[in-house]
Amino acid sequence: MRVEYDDVEVAIGGTVIVREITMSIESGRFVGVVGPNGSGKSTLLRCLYRALSPTGGVVRVGGIDNQVVSMRTNALQVAALTQDSPLQFDFTSAEVVATGRLPHGGLFSKGRANDDLVCEDAMIRADAHHLAERSFLSLSGGERQRVLIARAFAQQPSVLVLDEPTNHLDVHHQYAALSAAKTLGVTIVAALHDLNLAAQYCDQLFVLGDGRMVCSGTPAEVITPETLRRWFDIGGHIITHPRLGVPQIIFDEKEN
Amino acid sequence: MRRTSVTALTVTCAVALLVVSVIALMLGTAHIPWREVCSIIWAELSGGTVTAVELPNYRIIIDSRLPRVLLAIVIGAGLSAVGLVVQAMVRNALADPYVLGISSGASVGATLVVLFGAFGALGIYALSTAAFAGALAATFLVYLMARSSVGLIPLRLVLTGTALGYGFSAITTVLVFLAPHGDSARSVMFWLLGSLSAATWQMVPLAVTVAATGLGIIAVCARRLNALAMGDEVSAALGLDASKFRLLLFVVAAAMTGCFVSICGAVGFVGLVVPHVARMMVGADHTRLIVVTPVLGAVFLVSADLLARTVVPPQELPLGAITAAVGVPVFVLLMRRRGALMGAG
Repeated sequence: MRVEYDDVEVAIGGTVIVREITMSIESGRFVGVVGPNGSGKSTLLRCLYRALSPTGGVVRVGGIDNQVVSMRTNALQVAALTQDSPLQFDFTSAEVVATGRLPHGGLFSKGRANDDLVCEDAMIRADAHHLAERSFLSLSGGERQRVLIARAFAQQPSVLVLDEPTNHLDVHHQYAALSAAKTLGVTIVAALHDLNLAAQYCDQLFVLGDGRMVCSGTPAEVITPETLRRWFDIGGHIITHPRLGVPQIIFDEKEN
Repeated sequence: MRRTSVTALTVTCAVALLVVSVIALMLGTAHIPWREVCSIIWAELSGGTVTAVELPNYRIIIDSRLPRVLLAIVIGAGLSAVGLVVQAMVRNALADPYVLGISSGASVGATLVVLFGAFGALGIYALSTAAFAGALAATFLVYLMARSSVGLIPLRLVLTGTALGYGFSAITTVLVFLAPHGDSARSVMFWLLGSLSAATWQMVPLAVTVAATGLGIIAVCARRLNALAMGDEVSAALGLDASKFRLLLFVVAAAMTGCFVSICGAVGFVGLVVPHVARMMVGADHTRLIVVTPVLGAVFLVSADLLARTVVPPQELPLGAITAAVGVPVFVLLMRRRGALMGAG
């Protein structure tokens, strides 16, 4: 499903966090939003899953302003892996994943058999199946992240928002998680810190700096020594990935 | 233990509830054998007759013990369900129905009646009316002070409720000190700790209606409670407007608590401990908890009330003292046995 940001501005408590954000994401694309800490990546994504409302401009999902539909309707199309949310109660991983079915369900347990199948499939895809009966609180950071990714899969969205999806994950699971997301075939908007990972998975990158969109394009267009120096405040040498042909960075602080 | 079947557990609890209810009807200043209890209840239900010999016991059971047991069931079920909801709503395992400051407001109203005979025109309804008015005023104040541009924030709700609770308690204390009769402090104390000794049939319909409506709404919201317990950000991603939902829960919790407190005072511990005991049995999923919690709460409060009026006859102990005396050791024991899942490892 197509996602568009049209001149979006978000202010929280009178402070403008992001402004003049315009981006157009084709259906089925995997796009990355990158930028230094505090550049507004999360704020931008939160408008898509309705945790925030833009104070200016419009976010469209499938051509429709996502502020005019109900939050539940939006959740039927957009699922999100959000950043850390502390859990007070002792849910099992399976119960956490099952909440992903909330927007689909009626008031009672109608269609539960199907829900169970969907959740099981989601956990297998996210490599969290063996964690199902474990207490979520007893899991390691990486295991928790995989369970939360499974919940987003269980929501069966057309658009998947991933806010720092590779946090806490070891290298194997960083690649596994992004590959699993990619095989869903849905539109993916991910905030990523690891630029090399972003270059390998994303069709398109948007770079945020100081709350504005400073450049965008394919990884080859965006990942240049100039961009690194200007917006990430680090030097680097760009080489080409031998198999994928995408740019990869060898960081070098002396090049700054 | 965690995967205990909800159906089996509920049936067990329901049988336990029936048993303690019959025992509660049997015991008291007059001991009535269970066969007679059953035949009297049956006569009442089927519109049959009782013999002249049975008449005194019939009066004791139907007029005094039965409404008391029914109210204990309803309020035990209701308060524990409210506790469950409030804990999820403010995302705090230490929360109970009184953390919203509602009971402290009710106490001010009740104290005015007990000590100064306020609202005398209302006769026997003065106490519960004043308590309910106090609860309503407290609810409204807490809401006004806790709300913000982004709705009701959990931490703010807890802090406001707790702070206002202290404020209301201070008013109650001052009232007690200013009271014309010294021994009335004892009556206030008794009310503050909760008691079902004033139970009458007149209170039953309202309590049943409020509890049934409240439990119905909570049961329908069970899946949404799971999302809410996991955070506002997660709720939004799952299509749930956490602020709006929290406001609905606040209204339901306040109405239920206000109603129950005006009937039997601020019975503590039920709303805190029963949801946790239920969680230890069936886990944190609210679709299971909403079935198990009210039944457990009913068993707990009927038993506690039975103890309150039979331990040192003819003296009655405050219900709150019993719920704490029984509840604390049970809770500590269960928590130690399941320490690993309470975050200890």
